[in-house]
Amino acid sequence: MTEWAHPAAILIVGSFLVPFLRGGLRKCYLLALPSAALVSTIYLSPGNHWTYSFLGNDLIFGRVDKLSLVFAYVFTIMAFIGNMYALHVDDNRQHVAALMYAGSSLGVVFAGDLLTLFIFWEIMAFASAYLIFARFTERAKKAGFRYLLVHLFGGVVLLAGIIMHYVESGSLLFGPLGDGGLAFYLILIGFILNAAVPPLSAWLSDAYPEATITGSVFLCAFTTKTAIYVLIRGFPGTEILVPMGVFMTLYGVVYAVLENDCRRLLAYHIISQVGYMVTGVGMGTYLALNGATAHAFTHIIYKALLFMGAGSVVYMTGLRRLTDMGGLYRTMPVTMVLYMIGGFSISAFPLFSGFVSKSMVVSAAAYDHRAIVTLLLTAASTGTFLSTTLKLPYFMFFGKDSGIKAKEPPLNMLVGMGIAAFLCVAMGVYPSALYNVLPYLAKYKPYTADHITGSLGLLLFTALGFFVLLKKLNPEPTISMDTDWFYRKGASIFMWFLNDPMLKIGDLLARTFFNTIPSALIWFSKNPLGALKIAADTAFILVCGSDRRAEVKRRIDKEKAIYPGDIIKHWPIGSTVLWVTIFLLTCLLIYYV
Amino acid sequence: MKVSARVKVAFYVVLLAVFASDFFITREHPVFPWDRIPGFSAVYGFISCVVIAMLSKFIGHHGIMKKEDYYD
Repeated sequence: MTEWAHPAAILIVGSFLVPFLRGGLRKCYLLALPSAALVSTIYLSPGNHWTYSFLGNDLIFGRVDKLSLVFAYVFTIMAFIGNMYALHVDDNRQHVAALMYAGSSLGVVFAGDLLTLFIFWEIMAFASAYLIFARFTERAKKAGFRYLLVHLFGGVVLLAGIIMHYVESGSLLFGPLGDGGLAFYLILIGFILNAAVPPLSAWLSDAYPEATITGSVFLCAFTTKTAIYVLIRGFPGTEILVPMGVFMTLYGVVYAVLENDCRRLLAYHIISQVGYMVTGVGMGTYLALNGATAHAFTHIIYKALLFMGAGSVVYMTGLRRLTDMGGLYRTMPVTMVLYMIGGFSISAFPLFSGFVSKSMVVSAAAYDHRAIVTLLLTAASTGTFLSTTLKLPYFMFFGKDSGIKAKEPPLNMLVGMGIAAFLCVAMGVYPSALYNVLPYLAKYKPYTADHITGSLGLLLFTALGFFVLLKKLNPEPTISMDTDWFYRKGASIFMWFLNDPMLKIGDLLARTFFNTIPSALIWFSKNPLGALKIAADTAFILVCGSDRRAEVKRRIDKEKAIYPGDIIKHWPIGSTVLWVTIFLLTCLLIYYV
Repeated sequence: MKVSARVKVAFYVVLLAVFASDFFITREHPVFPWDRIPGFSAVYGFISCVVIAMLSKFIGHHGIMKKEDYYD
């Protein structure tokens, strides 16, 4: 089979044409590009393609194997769903940014060397940031800048790691980086920042809910999952990722319980779900790596579905806080049903996609005899069901009637959600289709009797807990402090430090050097002898007894009053000659000595 | 929305059925001792749901939750 076009190139180069198209033609084009990328991915043959020599190194743009292919499939499918959902948007810049974002994610996935990877990594950061700025609100602008700065920081750390790795090993090839040196940790930090591992996670929950309605659907799919891909590729079996991942699952769940903004609640559940994948990468067994990959695949689709559902509500009502919503099932029943399919998928309900992927990670932990990891991951999945599938839809679609009469969103948005919902159910009902494209050889059977009754028991009794605690779980009109506190409040503390203490010190220094000292010198030079006399008398006051003090003080006052006085009067010719003689004598002595 | 009595009853029947069904199935790969206890996941699900909800709200009300204009 010939490789006719790189999938990333199709999306990135193809996006340049979007601004020249209008109306129906543009809509067709927006759907055709991801389709072409998907077809080109399907026809890629394993091996290295598009290899170019650069400064004595091979840049590999097309490393094709089972691992890169499975991520490429889901990324191109996601680009199609995302574009379908965004068809009604009349802002060409957003379409271009979204396509470049999806394309550069494919670029990262197919990159066979670290330099190519880094280039696409940075394109991703900028393209995705535009999807936040494009909301054109003050909050979006600020959140976008914070997002961009955090990712630029991560990019610099990653680049430092790549350069050190190159200097140490002499190779830019991207494979398992298992040596544990500084380069290893720098690259790891660069990667886990994009995977939103706390404390490097606040950028996600901060920025995603501020992005445009359609932009956040793209955002929730690509950045964290390319990070999972590069972790699987570069850091399989890195033990430290296991506690990090387990912590993530619970961290996201706790914040989601507190959250009132519907899309931010879902953003915290991205962190929680990506935690399962990070744990899988850390365990590093074939089943665990397959589980991380499968979960990334299903997660992209169901999380996009959830973001599309919540986004439709935000789009149609103009509201974002759960405390303002309620009773929307009457006017938005289709949106509600589609959202619930996403909800059941993320909660790993049998017959939905999360069931066949999340259970793989949890079982991998069990087969690896990690009791605490298994129990905590299971507990986190009840938290997911609690917030995403029970609390959010309850307060959005049911609960108290807010009296809002919002209509269903435009047809293209519903179709986008419909495709995602279909895939969620299809993967849940027929998991072999997904399992066949997984990269590693590990057999797994999700539908066993004990697993089904166990999952149903877990989830339905979580629902019982929810209804028992319904009053306590009322959303509250608050925001939650996260690690972004350090750069949001920290920045204002830093600015205060510059504006208050530092500015005062600066003023003092300026006054001393440009004002006080020069004027003192001018005063002194008017009559040095008189000034010295005053100085000597002032010093004398400090040491002399009290009886003479009054007399000396009077003298000083008199001297000050007449200062600088008549200099000539104090400098008779005799003494001038004396000083000149002394001066010459000194010169003579210095010359001979 | 008032959850009508019928839905409530149906929900409890389903709960009971799911709980009971766990006693009658064969367990293929029990790894941990608790994997052999029938109904364990149901109890564990209920407990973890309550613990997560209460713990989150406790942490939230003790420092994490701030007024909406906190950063403005």
